[in-house]
Amino acid sequence: MKRKLVLVGNGMAGVRTLEELLKLAPDMYDITVFGAEPYGNYNRILLSPVLAGEKTVDDIMLNDLRWYADNGIILHTGKTVEQINRARREVVATDGTTASYDYLLLATGSNPFIIPVPGHQLPGVITFRDIHDVNFMLDAAKTHKSAVVIGGGLLGLEAAYGLQKLGMDVTVVHLLDTLMERQLDKPSADLLRRSLEGRGLKFLMQAQTDAIVGDDHVAGVRFKDGSEIPADLVVMAVGIRPNFALAKQAGLHCERGIVVNDTMQTYDPRIYAVGECVQHRGIAYGLVAPLFEQGKVCANHLAHLGYARYEGSVTSTKLKVTGIDLFSAGDFNGDATSEDIIYKDPGAGIYKKLVIKDNRIKGAVLYGDTIDGSWYFDLMRNETDISDIREDLLFGQSHLGDSGHGENRIAAMADSAEICGCNGVCKGTIVNAITTNGLFTLEDVRAHTKASASCGSCTGLVEQLLASTLGSDYSQTPKKKSMCSCTDFTHDETRKAITDSSLKTIPQVMEFLEWRTPDGCHQCRPALNFYLLCAWPGEYQDDSKSRFINERAHANIQKDGTYSVVPRIWGGVTNAAELRAIADVADKYNVPTVKITGGQRIDLLGVKKEDLPKMWGDLSRAGFVSGHAYGKSLRTVKTCVGSEWCRFGTQDSTTMGIKMERMAWGSWTPHKFKMAVSGCPRNCAEATIKDLGVVAVDSGWELHVGGNGGVKIRATDFLCKVETMEQVLDYTAAFMQLYREEGRYLERTAPWIERVGLSYVKQRVVDDAAGRMQLAGRFHESQKTAQIDPWAERAEGMDHAEFVPMKKFG
Amino acid sequence: MSEWFEIGAMTDIPRLGSRVVRTAHGDIAVFRTATDTIFALTDKCPHKGGPLSQGIVFGEYVACPLHNWVIELESGEAVAPDKGCAHRHPVKVEDGLVFLKVRSAVVNIADYSVVAQA
Repeated sequence: MKRKLVLVGNGMAGVRTLEELLKLAPDMYDITVFGAEPYGNYNRILLSPVLAGEKTVDDIMLNDLRWYADNGIILHTGKTVEQINRARREVVATDGTTASYDYLLLATGSNPFIIPVPGHQLPGVITFRDIHDVNFMLDAAKTHKSAVVIGGGLLGLEAAYGLQKLGMDVTVVHLLDTLMERQLDKPSADLLRRSLEGRGLKFLMQAQTDAIVGDDHVAGVRFKDGSEIPADLVVMAVGIRPNFALAKQAGLHCERGIVVNDTMQTYDPRIYAVGECVQHRGIAYGLVAPLFEQGKVCANHLAHLGYARYEGSVTSTKLKVTGIDLFSAGDFNGDATSEDIIYKDPGAGIYKKLVIKDNRIKGAVLYGDTIDGSWYFDLMRNETDISDIREDLLFGQSHLGDSGHGENRIAAMADSAEICGCNGVCKGTIVNAITTNGLFTLEDVRAHTKASASCGSCTGLVEQLLASTLGSDYSQTPKKKSMCSCTDFTHDETRKAITDSSLKTIPQVMEFLEWRTPDGCHQCRPALNFYLLCAWPGEYQDDSKSRFINERAHANIQKDGTYSVVPRIWGGVTNAAELRAIADVADKYNVPTVKITGGQRIDLLGVKKEDLPKMWGDLSRAGFVSGHAYGKSLRTVKTCVGSEWCRFGTQDSTTMGIKMERMAWGSWTPHKFKMAVSGCPRNCAEATIKDLGVVAVDSGWELHVGGNGGVKIRATDFLCKVETMEQVLDYTAAFMQLYREEGRYLERTAPWIERVGLSYVKQRVVDDAAGRMQLAGRFHESQKTAQIDPWAERAEGMDHAEFVPMKKFG
Repeated sequence: MSEWFEIGAMTDIPRLGSRVVRTAHGDIAVFRTATDTIFALTDKCPHKGGPLSQGIVFGEYVACPLHNWVIELESGEAVAPDKGCAHRHPVKVEDGLVFLKVRSAVVNIADYSVVAQA
């Protein structure tokens, strides 16, 4: 017999938990849901746009009644549960409806706080919390003129903005001299106030409400100083309180909310709780992102998987007022032990402040230009050491190298503005997808619109759009990002398990870490294959079925299904005999296009798959090996002619480049890896946009790392200077091995270095001489089995079936 | 009219892999899952025509090699939110041999002699 699960509270947190549970264990429970409101589950955070007339109630439904029916869930709408009988494991609603449970999930949310001043019960006094409140305000706006919003916080300002758009004359009353004081400091709050005043809102700051006046309806608000302003509508938006009355009455331990542990379990093991009603490690959250994380953990335990833990959330805030860019996170006020870095341009309406302590970001406030909000937030949550980028920090991530996108004020952009250049997706399309499909995360937007799903350079813009559309409730990518939907483990955790527990095959990893899918997916399998290859060189049997087609076929698939072939040309140096051999191959196999690549090689495009092995055989006999132009592996080593010919050359850069390529070719890396060697600081080989670039100077060689010339142009960071060619090789091997061992699959060296910090890389590769030699040693060991030419093997018949049809009819 | 044609042994297709059957009307991709279930789809992704036979096979899905659309092998449908469908072909396994049902016109008219030899 199925177990019985009862959910009390038909809101976003509770229903999200059910959705997660149904994904994990669709048939485990008979589910009953009680909701006090007469609706299905709706997107509470989009109530502001409904009030502002930008959305309708239907637009913001997340789960309509049909969803409950389709999933066999019994839904009691309009029924408030008034009692939990824990001994009988039963809940009772006010109308007498009962439901018994094996497990009970409480998601009773929060109640708006009403200041108990005289007159607070007069008709016309309302909170801003649910559809009922919104409908009330929409009606009031039709017949009444003046509104007073008490509370200049997030919710109050959104309510005020909505009412003002409905044509009301709105005054915001705030107790302090700083609007949104829980999210903003004084300077940014002043900018915000000025901007809102410019839109016609009025403010009464440092005003303490004494009473709400009126006989049978609200007529005005009186303050402590005796002054009074008229009002036909008063909105109380001074805060929310966790709603735990039901839990408390049932004898569950409550403090400021229902106290839960890291599995979202209350003091009664049969009862779980999620959402705004909960107090976890002393904190009650009022934003959606943490609630979703809680729901995921709770579902994991309700499904009896029993391994997920909720460890708290770091949250950030945005204001949902059209045209205002505002971002806030963490401890933005700082204290005596922290420092502020501030950028202020009142004329342009821009203010940025970062609070720094021990070289880590502790908090941020951004006003007017919030493009870097998610970047700062990531740096903050990951506690990244920012000392290497401190001077450029306030100018944003773009200042570190992204030259791609000039536009950074998302609020000012037109709906027709193109956000994603790869897939041609405009702002309006993304906003529409977010609101109509109920999207909360970057992944959701990628799946639905393809925006940011290709090269990713517009990710910051898309995150901003999410934030400005969803306001404070936008779910940032969780701190702990799982490899894919097959597992909850991160890349780093999976890698650690592979080495710590001596896991030697993909099925072993999946079994040990309890993968949810029988054989993974196209995202985790290639990553696992690389991690195993890196951890057990010579021992691990490469799984070609877990490689992307290019690496499986050792050629690049093209849009028409043909392939391209790029032979290795060591250091970009070739000769007439080699070129003749390439020309002969091009003739023999009717290669339609021959192209010189950016990496100083020759690309033969439009080759039929069946021709590949024969073609490789011909190239192999002419002395060529695979150029690995198709792999997450060492690509080219680009060189200039150096001191051998160039009148400016200081060192023999071509010989250096060839030595490096001979050493490193064939190695698999987390993502593609490019190198270059320039013979003098004029840098004709463009070494400073490579993963590892060498620039010769008169006294030796400068090593530069972490450059990128693609989507995000990023100049390299200077690693160190060495004197001899042997040292260049040692440092190169050590750097590559560190990247191989610690870079996450599909993470280029540029983001890897930004993640771990240049100082860390320097410490491992430069400062620690013994460590450097160990890293280089492991690299050379791995190269022993990596430098077997895949083309020659296949020309001799390996993987024959890969290249020919199973059967031909014609 | 459609007919069943033998295309080879099941073991000719690697587990979690695919092979191509070439016909006068285009390629058909034949997939084998980890549990030895066989599926056949026209070798064209509904998105931009990418060769599905070259994709990574997992569970009962294949990821298109061009833009990572995920196609359900049984139905040929793209996994939501992508929309589109690859054409399915009936396929069966008997005594370890795989049979594919294709329109006989496709085979006979253009290539009868080849089939007869095969």
